[in-house]
Amino acid sequence: MDKVIPKLEEAIHDIEDGALIAIGGFFTCGVPRDLLKAIISKGIKDLTFACGSGPLLGAKEEMSELVANNQIKKVIDSYGLARSTSKGLDDPFEAQVRANKIELEVVPMGTLAEKYRAAGAGIPAFYVKTGAGTFVEDGLVTNFSENTNGKETKIIDGEKYVLEYSIKPDFALVHAYMGDKEGNLYYRKTARNFNHVMATAGKVTIAEVEKIVEPGEIDSHCIHTPGIYVQRVVQVSRREFEITID
Amino acid sequence: MKKFEGLPQEIIALRASQELKDGDYVNLGIGIPTMISNWIEGRDIFLHSEIGMIKTGPLAYDEDIDQDLINASCQPVTEVAGSIYFDISESFAMIRGGHVDVTVMGAFQVSEKGDFAGWNNPSRGLGNVGNIGGSMDLSAGSRRLIITMEHTTKNGDPKLLKELTYPATGRGNVNLIFTDLAVIEVAPEGLILKEIYPGLTTEDIQSVTEPKLIISPDLKEIEL
Repeated sequence: MDKVIPKLEEAIHDIEDGALIAIGGFFTCGVPRDLLKAIISKGIKDLTFACGSGPLLGAKEEMSELVANNQIKKVIDSYGLARSTSKGLDDPFEAQVRANKIELEVVPMGTLAEKYRAAGAGIPAFYVKTGAGTFVEDGLVTNFSENTNGKETKIIDGEKYVLEYSIKPDFALVHAYMGDKEGNLYYRKTARNFNHVMATAGKVTIAEVEKIVEPGEIDSHCIHTPGIYVQRVVQVSRREFEITID
Repeated sequence: MKKFEGLPQEIIALRASQELKDGDYVNLGIGIPTMISNWIEGRDIFLHSEIGMIKTGPLAYDEDIDQDLINASCQPVTEVAGSIYFDISESFAMIRGGHVDVTVMGAFQVSEKGDFAGWNNPSRGLGNVGNIGGSMDLSAGSRRLIITMEHTTKNGDPKLLKELTYPATGRGNVNLIFTDLAVIEVAPEGLILKEIYPGLTTEDIQSVTEPKLIISPDLKEIEL
């Protein structure tokens, strides 16, 4: 089956207001920026972006448009705030977080990765030692204090573990270097990062790829994300951008 | 409070680099820990980057920059022979599963129990939220956790405390601390002062450290 969708707006046609959307990428690396631009153009609102490590800090331009258009309700991330305290003061996203207009939920990076992996693997929750004895054990780490409820813990072999729930996004937007028409994906270097686990987690996974090829053209031993996880593939052009976050 | 002159940051990194063994898989955090990579070139040490890479090469400049190749601090890096890539859940399986031998991180504060704080500086005024990144997983999962930091704050206040006053990154996991003034081991009985900056006395170090230090019987000057 040919999963290629010719146009970006068509690829995201059924993403509606209030959707939970996973965004692949790690800072500037491997972020589905063209799919984000399509979401900006569509103007849908009340969106929750489930991230991994600052893809919206990396996609600075797209982030400022999303904030200016008032499209974001909540961001889940391990590293969602400007690195520099002084630059954070000028950051429109941080201003919305300070004003409690946007919710920011902070999750340790490895736990966040596992939340997507677990969702893709049909595991609703899991125990981890990460965060035991910290705010993470006390509840969700969020600026919306009413959402901070305690978490369940369990002592296993004398060590304390925290119960964490999987995240199953309505849509997962990922960026790959190469994809075949049947949705098998191949990433370049560190641009794989969160893209693969998020592709497995999405109820609908949409992959923007720099090269679309015929089935069989990617070495079948070297497929990173099997096409069974991917519903739509859309071609984007490779863009050059600055590798920096504030 | 009196502030002492000690090692510059690059030299703290050099002293910490001597603690790494050939064959170690090592994760280096932002700041002084990253400088360690300048001191281990040519050594048989595997640098793990949580973004999903082992054998992270030196920083990339100009035409060597590849936008699909960065480290976990968002710096362009290079490949070396044997560099490998993997996905993020695999990367954190390595960390959480105890396969990373040593992690070196910076900290705002370390307690005498080996707790440390590095993700949320309350003075930023953002309440509960901050950037955790991979720090809590690295703290919980690494076999050995080394902290490199200045011994005191810019105002000269101690960063080695009886109890943390900032939100914790991890509890009881710190093994060894390298500062500009001293090398300190975290033991069940407390903080053991093992090495001191030449010219300083144990009383000097104690005067900028809140918990009572245990003086190692083998106490010596920091050797490089």
